[in-house]
Amino acid sequence: MPIKLPSFRQRRDTYPPDLWTQCPACQEMLFNKQLEKALRVCSNCGHHFRLSAAARLDLVLDANSFEERDPGLQSLDPLGFVDLKAYPDRVAAAQATTGLRDAAVWGFGEIGGRPVAICVMDFSFMGGSMGSVVGEKVVRSTEAALARRIPLVIVSASGGARMQEGTLSLMQLVKTVAGTERLRLAGVPLISVMSDPTTGGVFASFAALGDVNIAEPNALIGFAGARVSAGTIQGELPEGFQRSEFLFNHGFVDRVVHRSELRDELAKLVALMAPVPQADVTADNGNIPAFRPLSFLSALADRVIPESDETVRG
Amino acid sequence: MVDRLINRAGRRGAGDPAQDVESADPTAAVWARVQLARNLRRPRTLELLALIADDFVELHGDRFFGDDPAIVAGLARIDGRRVVVVGQQKGAETDENIRRNFGMPHPEGYRKAMRVMELGERLGLPIVTFVDVPGAHPGAESEERGIAESIARSIALMTRLRTPIVTVITGEGGSGGALAIAVGDVVLALENAVYSVISPEGCASILWRTPEQAPAAALAMRMTAADQLELGVVDEVISEPRDGAHTDHPATAAAVKAAVVRHLAALERRPLDELIDARYRRYRGLGAFTTLKVEPVVVPERPGFTERLRNLLGGSSRATNGTGPNAGSSHDEPPAREEV
Repeated sequence: MPIKLPSFRQRRDTYPPDLWTQCPACQEMLFNKQLEKALRVCSNCGHHFRLSAAARLDLVLDANSFEERDPGLQSLDPLGFVDLKAYPDRVAAAQATTGLRDAAVWGFGEIGGRPVAICVMDFSFMGGSMGSVVGEKVVRSTEAALARRIPLVIVSASGGARMQEGTLSLMQLVKTVAGTERLRLAGVPLISVMSDPTTGGVFASFAALGDVNIAEPNALIGFAGARVSAGTIQGELPEGFQRSEFLFNHGFVDRVVHRSELRDELAKLVALMAPVPQADVTADNGNIPAFRPLSFLSALADRVIPESDETVRG
Repeated sequence: MVDRLINRAGRRGAGDPAQDVESADPTAAVWARVQLARNLRRPRTLELLALIADDFVELHGDRFFGDDPAIVAGLARIDGRRVVVVGQQKGAETDENIRRNFGMPHPEGYRKAMRVMELGERLGLPIVTFVDVPGAHPGAESEERGIAESIARSIALMTRLRTPIVTVITGEGGSGGALAIAVGDVVLALENAVYSVISPEGCASILWRTPEQAPAAALAMRMTAADQLELGVVDEVISEPRDGAHTDHPATAAAVKAAVVRHLAALERRPLDELIDARYRRYRGLGAFTTLKVEPVVVPERPGFTERLRNLLGGSSRATNGTGPNAGSSHDEPPAREEV
């Protein structure tokens, strides 16, 4: 009986999946190397592909300026959540495929030579969903931006809150927004960049609350899933519903910015918005200068975050 | 949607005394509670206020767009104490339910809530909120007017309001639509109330790929008041009359009133700075994670065995090894979505 050997030769009728990518918008076949060079924007129709956290940091920060914080934050399984798969298994699988520990990375960096705190999300890690770790990283980035009085840039890419952590995920909305609200009151700017997709609990918290909201072209940005909306209103959804331009037209996004211009745009904004340097309010241990009623927030933040040593160069 | 909600009402008889099935089947027990939380006869904000408040003047309109009947807000006097009240309002009858959009608020509802809560802060009045909502309205007009922005802003406002806030989850705590008025110094929940990040039907259709598994999702999300107490999301559970709040409104209202008044009295004694600080810390501390002292996750960079064999046999023209920026998700799959 002949043994059938598996074929090691590639089938001629298929492209290797990692050499070519088909643009989902215009069906054009794109050569991956060129796609990377073009910042993962389709050269034919301008479709913006999703970016990993690392690629995003490369894109917006000055070269070699990123200093990652809290890389060791690891989610637990507070509910003992099991659906078709156990939650810890889903996390482990996502970690193995992405090389990330969770769906967000935060740290310090420079944009146009100016210091910023930055937090970026990665959709490829469980849909960029926000659980305890993402919430913690976002709030730590707000507290650090407040303590140093430097602008905070958050780049969102998320399907929303992480269902597997139940209401603890929902509570991350409050936690993150409590942080951004303190920034707002203290006059430290938050620049929110929304990439495809920014939906659900992430859009309904810090992403919507930037002092400046920037969206990448044609990104899906919305609160409820389009399916839910369609089921509710029993009619056609408007053209371009929940896309960046839709939000721009309704006044919830300041600027829709092409990826190739994002770094320059951020550099300009950071230069224009960076808080005026002031006497170090955190140094005098909560002693509030009488003429600056909001500065007590900085002092509060200083009490909340112990500056951690675990810095990893990224 | 209308059909679904009417079906819910029709099924309410199915889940009456949750306690009886508790030991037999935990899934059925949780699902019975979900049905109780959704019971059409359950007292809502206005029914509770009629029994709790000595005076109540409802305020209407968000001053931008219109008035949302799914959220009621106003000034009240409870046990001699002046307060601001905000709460969601479903209807008990079909007509009223349609008028109140089945308790699903639009952005103007949350903007009204914010306006009235800010008034409370200015007048130095504590805030009491009653939460009972399937979720914020997910329609196109809701998105156009910024439902996400209004929820985010309302949450942000509540984290910094310089006045005590007591929140009571009275029925369905449906995700962001509930949370927008549920940030408090103290969060209470009625015994048969539920609180979740997504409706069990929505969770089941995403993770189990069928809404039929909603009871399993409800169990997995641990959405009952008792579970929420254990997780620290809720601070205290208020007991209901034995067969559920819908069977005895006066007894339910009395229990709610006693708890609210007790907490208001305690909160009012605390200095405001300390109160705001404690509120920040309350939410700052919610979450479950650990900090590992290890190197970042390492992705194997070596090509696999078949890969190397293929290269050896020369049949391949692979230029990259999947280590480019979006490695691991070369296809733009549809996003995982939350329902509201």
